Amino acid sequence: MPELKINGEVHAVDVDADTPLLWILRDELGLTGTKYGCGIAQCGACTVHLDGQAIRSCSMPAQALENRDILTIEGLDSRVARAVQEAWIRLDVVQCGYCQSGQIMSAVALLESNPAPSDDEIDSAMSGNICRCATYQRIRAAIHAAADTLAA
Amino acid sequence: MSTLSKLSRRRFLELTGVSATGLLLGAAVSPASRAMDVLATATGERLNLFVSLRADGAVEIVAHRSEMGTGIRTSLPQVVADEMEADWSRVRVIQALGDAAYGSQNTDGSRSVRNFYATMRQMGAAARRMLEQAAADTWRAPLAECRARNHEVHHADGRRLGFGELAARAAALPLPGLDDLPLKGREDFRYIGRNVPIVDLHDMTTGNTTYGIDVALPDMVYASIERTPHLGGRIAAYDAAAARKVAGVLDVVELQGPEGPPAFNNVEGLAVIASNTWSAIKGREALAVQWRPSPHSDHDSAAYLDALQARVSGGPGRVARERGDVERALGDADQVLEASYRTPYLAHAPMEPPATLARVDGGRCEVWACTQNPQATQAAVASALGVDKAAVTVHVTLLGGGFGRKSKPDFSVEAARLAAHVGRPVQLTWTREDDVRHDYYHACSAMYFRGALDGDGRATAWLARQATPAIGATFDPAVTRLEDGWLSQTFGSVPFATPNLRIESHEAPAHVRIGWLRSVYNIPFAFGVCSFVDELAHAAGRDPAQYWQEMIGDDRHLDFAPEGFEFSNYGRAIAEYPYDTGRMKAVLRQLVANIPWGETLPEGQGWGLAVTRSFLSYVAVASKVRVDGDTLVVEELHGVIDAGTVVNPDRVHAQLEGGMVFGLSLALNGEITFADGAARQSNFHDYPVARLNQVPRVIRTHIVDSEALPAGVGEPGVPPTAPSIANAVFAATGQRIRELPLARHFDV
Repeated sequence: MPELKINGEVHAVDVDADTPLLWILRDELGLTGTKYGCGIAQCGACTVHLDGQAIRSCSMPAQALENRDILTIEGLDSRVARAVQEAWIRLDVVQCGYCQSGQIMSAVALLESNPAPSDDEIDSAMSGNICRCATYQRIRAAIHAAADTLAA
Repeated sequence: MSTLSKLSRRRFLELTGVSATGLLLGAAVSPASRAMDVLATATGERLNLFVSLRADGAVEIVAHRSEMGTGIRTSLPQVVADEMEADWSRVRVIQALGDAAYGSQNTDGSRSVRNFYATMRQMGAAARRMLEQAAADTWRAPLAECRARNHEVHHADGRRLGFGELAARAAALPLPGLDDLPLKGREDFRYIGRNVPIVDLHDMTTGNTTYGIDVALPDMVYASIERTPHLGGRIAAYDAAAARKVAGVLDVVELQGPEGPPAFNNVEGLAVIASNTWSAIKGREALAVQWRPSPHSDHDSAAYLDALQARVSGGPGRVARERGDVERALGDADQVLEASYRTPYLAHAPMEPPATLARVDGGRCEVWACTQNPQATQAAVASALGVDKAAVTVHVTLLGGGFGRKSKPDFSVEAARLAAHVGRPVQLTWTREDDVRHDYYHACSAMYFRGALDGDGRATAWLARQATPAIGATFDPAVTRLEDGWLSQTFGSVPFATPNLRIESHEAPAHVRIGWLRSVYNIPFAFGVCSFVDELAHAAGRDPAQYWQEMIGDDRHLDFAPEGFEFSNYGRAIAEYPYDTGRMKAVLRQLVANIPWGETLPEGQGWGLAVTRSFLSYVAVASKVRVDGDTLVVEELHGVIDAGTVVNPDRVHAQLEGGMVFGLSLALNGEITFADGAARQSNFHDYPVARLNQVPRVIRTHIVDSEALPAGVGEPGVPPTAPSIANAVFAATGQRIRELPLARHFDV
């Protein structure tokens, strides 16, 4: 039975070793803020942080996760995360909202490694996250806005 | 004519699933024309909107339309709150259950504000009047001296009473007649016309919202379904034992498909029931299902489009609209242009795939679904289970996108049938592969145009033919051609002043489930029409923006009847919402004023534009592109919308931004193809949608200030975008794009 450290808490989960983290979060632990979108690491709706890196939880099996730090949208609480979420709200980024957990997780990971990304760097870091409502230009703007907040 | 009736608390509970006390209001509205509504239901008086007020002053406003990203859960309640003089910070929005009592809840056709704005104002105004009357009674003062203002009623002498203090007295009053209710003046609006943030904004940024895929019940099981790859296929053989060997798999269930047309029924399939989603998916992969062929199992989309193309360029079809003598004008012309256009099938691919939780217990069914159409869900589930509609309760969750896909309740039918079979709640999540392979596809289309120009380059004749499978075929296979109702989406309703004009429709029997996708037939038809106008302009040696103005001609209200065309006008009377060429020309002028139109650009760069009227709104879009070798980049998108009165400008901007990029996405990449009756695409790797790196760095939107009746917002940004890009490609390269997607021609 794998033991997973998620949002600072250790959970023993009774799943097959090949079960993707996404379904452990959603079905076993009820952490439904992380979304299913494609199952093949193409859309980014399931993005979480693994040891601080943005990864696609739909393609990350349980067996690869022991002794690693998993952070989901529900566990976000850093200064960078708050700046990102506040920027998302200030710029009214969201439309249907479904992909936004993943967008925010990717944006936080970007700003934690690069506090002042250019448009090109934002495009590069965020192009794995699809938004079918196309809130894209506000996502770009909100990442810049969060970067400005963090620099102030 | 509206009437107001007081709802019992019990009825309120039935309609919302939420307990409420205090003032309850319900309004019945005349249903809008059903011309656009595939699921035409009985007309008559219907209860529609509900306000409740508690003794502590808390106001609850029911949102009866589905939230899929437009902000409607905020916009309509914001109208009620404004007229009621309620303080928005004390308003809670409650999502309605599916119930015919509300009138139409079918959240598509860009209808929510345009069909319910007036009713919402009346609802708020009625509540305000009752509160003012309650205060007048309390003070024994004339009503005229009592005015509601920001959650209080004020007397002329300075006395005040809070809404909560008045709740009980107001609730005991008779309801006011709606027709003599005073409505607020525009200058007094507190929320209408303001950027009220959506009510779900905070929760959506913290992962704390509930979509159809998120609902859970104790003891529930999970389902994944393998479905027939071709329309009408039947199960021939499968390996249930192999699926059952997968850890966590509990059951394998056959789901028979319909005998008749697809309609809103489930597709024939085999469901694997398991203790978690992953086991269900793995079990399903072990099934190795074989399928019997059907009349559609040899459908090949490339050959099909070739056949449609031959039909439209080969000769006349049924004439839908005719003015003057097109043949003679073509014969007399100085120049005749002819061109064929085609567009592919498209899939909706909302980020949240179809997902439902269903529980069947003791002859009752409860469904939690990301549905655009809870009443159709209720009816379809009731029919599938053989129970009365009243035995089916439909809870509407948030929708992770919809775009028309979630108007179809087939996925809830599946979940309900499975729940009835296994006797436990069933959570059904479609995989992305299911979603792309079993969509109600947006129709492909073949078009043919012929235009005549005189010696001065003026267009003297417009001949247009199309062959496009019909949405109606999904419900009745005898429907093999588009009639005037759907041709009213751009193709048949072109606003041109050309003295000779003819619109024709050819047969195109359907071989897949055809559905409606954001802006529907305007997608192919705007591409064809707005591209061919650009062709005429260039052939005439004229500036396309000016040429458009001349093609449209004088400012006037169009009358289609003398030309034999039954213009559906998106379900609204033409007297109420005229086709106003002046407004159409105005958005185009505004667009050109907003951009450096006419600027000299380096080689390989160009501007293109297009304008359409759809869902009663006028939208013009301009694109700037750069073509570098085989690579196409859209650098800028500019849109102007005249949607009449606007409730929440920021959400209108957001819809126009999103609509244009949705249009860009389908123009660049959108294509579903079929071979052997089956969709050849399956996920975002082979059905790509726009990503951030394809989205222009410059996107500008402009809302025309207007006091006209509110018009559609969710869809109208889509149609002009693809032709504006294709026209920009022509300006940049001289290459005319007559077939979408652009990925067929460029690296995008």
